[in-house]
Amino acid sequence: MFNRQIAAISVALALLLAACTPAPKGNAPTQSGSAAEQPQPGGTLTFIVNAEPPSFDGHRETTFALLHPIAPHYSTLYKFDPNDLTKVVADVAAAMPEISADKLTYTIKLRTDVKFHDGSKMTSDDIVATYQKIIFPPTGVLSPRAGAYAAVDAITNPAPDSVVFKLKYPSASFATNLASPWNFIYSAAKLKTDIHWYEKNIMGTGPFTYVSNTKGQDWIGKKFPDYFGKDKNGVQLPYLDGYKALIITDANAEVNAIRSKQAAIEFRGFTPQQRDTLSSALGTSLAIQEAPWICVNYVVPNTKKPPFDDVRVRQALTLAIDRYAGSTSLQKITIVKDVGGLMRPHGPFAQADADLQKIAGFGTDGAANKAKAKQLLADAGQPNLTFKFLNRNITTPYEPVALFVLDQWKQVGINATHDVKETSAYQADLRAGNFEVALDFNCDFLDEPDLQLAKFWSATGLGKGLNFAYYDDPTLDKMIDGQSRETDPAKRKALVGDIEKYAMDTKAYQYPVLWWYRIIPYLNTVRGWRIGSNHYTNQDLETVWLGK
Amino acid sequence: MRRYVVGRLLLMIPTLIGVAILTFVIMRAVPGDIVALKYAGSPVPQSVIDEERHQLGLDKPMWEQFTDWMGEIARFDLGTSLWTGHSVVDEIVVRFPLSLELAIIATLLAIVIAIPLGVLAAVRQDTWVDYAIRVFSIGGLALPSFWIGLLMVLATITFFGWAPPLVFTAITEDPIANLSQMILPALSVGYRYSAVSMRMTRSTVLEVLREDYVRTARAKGVQESLVVMRHALRNALLPVITVISLEFAFLIGGLVVTEQVFNLNGIGKLLVDAVAHRDYTLIQALVLLLASVFVLINFVVDMVYVVLDPRIRYS
Repeated sequence: MFNRQIAAISVALALLLAACTPAPKGNAPTQSGSAAEQPQPGGTLTFIVNAEPPSFDGHRETTFALLHPIAPHYSTLYKFDPNDLTKVVADVAAAMPEISADKLTYTIKLRTDVKFHDGSKMTSDDIVATYQKIIFPPTGVLSPRAGAYAAVDAITNPAPDSVVFKLKYPSASFATNLASPWNFIYSAAKLKTDIHWYEKNIMGTGPFTYVSNTKGQDWIGKKFPDYFGKDKNGVQLPYLDGYKALIITDANAEVNAIRSKQAAIEFRGFTPQQRDTLSSALGTSLAIQEAPWICVNYVVPNTKKPPFDDVRVRQALTLAIDRYAGSTSLQKITIVKDVGGLMRPHGPFAQADADLQKIAGFGTDGAANKAKAKQLLADAGQPNLTFKFLNRNITTPYEPVALFVLDQWKQVGINATHDVKETSAYQADLRAGNFEVALDFNCDFLDEPDLQLAKFWSATGLGKGLNFAYYDDPTLDKMIDGQSRETDPAKRKALVGDIEKYAMDTKAYQYPVLWWYRIIPYLNTVRGWRIGSNHYTNQDLETVWLGK
Repeated sequence: MRRYVVGRLLLMIPTLIGVAILTFVIMRAVPGDIVALKYAGSPVPQSVIDEERHQLGLDKPMWEQFTDWMGEIARFDLGTSLWTGHSVVDEIVVRFPLSLELAIIATLLAIVIAIPLGVLAAVRQDTWVDYAIRVFSIGGLALPSFWIGLLMVLATITFFGWAPPLVFTAITEDPIANLSQMILPALSVGYRYSAVSMRMTRSTVLEVLREDYVRTARAKGVQESLVVMRHALRNALLPVITVISLEFAFLIGGLVVTEQVFNLNGIGKLLVDAVAHRDYTLIQALVLLLASVFVLINFVVDMVYVVLDPRIRYS
């Protein structure tokens, strides 16, 4: 209890200091290199990964700790353009898919010059085997993202350079899901021999071949000379001779690794303070890229536990949070910044500010919102509401975000205590419904309503194990399904707006606090890498090179 | 003597079984498991989670999981890590040399610092030399070794633009690279542990220096250095050796924070990661390993007593 009080006071002081602290001087956020620069081949990129991959199978795992060291060994059917990360481009596909008029058949032509690292040629058999494993996993094979391809009815390969996906119903997200960074293309022959082969082995068609992996220490790859990729000038990719991923789990050690120039970059992100430390120490040797992040913390009231079954109480909880004031202070001390709804702010599905501000808790008049929250609590017979706020014991950004929310609630008479648990225990409580209100989180690789709304399906339906507010709402299910089948982007965006209004305001089931903000300070010798709104895509290092 | 040794060795078995049962039960009493943790925050359906729990055997009753594990141990098979799917032995073998080397260097440093200074402080009791050594040792006790390590790294980066290498190189492969990585953590840990041994050496030497046989040696005109080294220090060493050896055993698995500060891929860091991941098989294997190291070192120390003090006899 004493430690938590100290932590609360420390964060409150930090918030106060942050509010009084001017923006860091010196290095303004910059991006190294310029479009005019000619990429230089050669060199080894050393970067940091702050966790260890579980298995080596991208189809099975969900952590960036797998993608950062392992993605350079693999290709995918499509991928996000390294120069414009909102755009999908072909990887081993020869072109974008041909879509039938009824939007139920996707025909994809494949490149014919793609080789695996063992020298064998990639054909449509490999694509079919890969996607069969992902979408229709045999018994005993785990495929956590199979649900994203629920619309797929069958996969066939009419020719060695052609694959056809037949859908049961039109799906708005299917085409972009083919660019999922997890969908490594595997060898059909290897899968046939042992469907679990890729859990402990590496053999892809990507720009780098596997060299070695010392558990808990590093992962090394070297250039694949037969890689099919070429840049716009016809130069063979990748530019790098190789890469070394260092596994460093301590935040201070990560900063020290870059500061001592033993590592050039960490692709997930640093805090503003770490950025400023590096900026002061390295001066012009440091480049910085920053971007909004498709990660967010949700406040999740457990609707199975009174009084959180009362919509007025849930609405009061969101109304009490002045997100704009929080953004101003918190962005100086942790990795959150933008105020947004269920879709990433400024993303393709985000509502206009004026529309968002009409939703409970997202209006800019914090005092009026708090007055309304007090009124709602009084109406619900809960003027002195007391509960435990479940959180995980990770500092960035969970602790400061939670403390900010607790302080906001205190201002409307809510006496919530911070119930901090180690991640595994926290997850156990979430999944058992053993909490009153929790701080949940979500990260995705793509601005895609099907992904960002996955936690909003009914708890006993498609939201089982995902929806920790534990409500069942057929109306909301129907709305989510409707947007998923709507293939017109403008109409779909409007439907998503309706869902946001319904889920965050009318029913106030669960709602975001602030969206995360990604900060990547790195040695300015690293060129050809561009930050995106997630830490999953653009990790094949194909276009990365080292300048002087 | 032989019967005593065999008896002591046999006694290790129930001790280790007790440790195994305790570890097994405690880890399962802690809420959460590896699967919940692995998919934290990911929109993964419950069916996938249930299937993975089934594959890892976490849906079996606790007694069945325990008997399975005991069966593996009886076959000298420590199992596979639930997190990586690789052999637990492989996971440990990669890290053990680093932890062992760090423990050896830190212990050697601690001995080199502690024993001469401890003896000096005792011989020069209540002089400025004694006070200076006591302040130095209290500093070592008061300052956490990881904090000293953090300062060392910051200082070397700030003033020399240098930090210890992040990748472990075996001493047989490249001694310079190896020592470059080990020297700062060994110094920070060695200083901390020298403080304990230094104070122990000082107090035991002081005690022995007041014994009749020391007075007799001095009365016989034996040179003071011989009195201290041969008569006082040798007799004062038993408790010092106990402290040093137990610290050595602790150093092998206990340098969690120091390993993180210096990014050392050692056993302590592995154990903490395993606990955070709820990697039951790895935790159980590591705790058994560390417990074995402890009981073995205790046993060896008891045997060393016989060598150092001929009065001690086990029967």
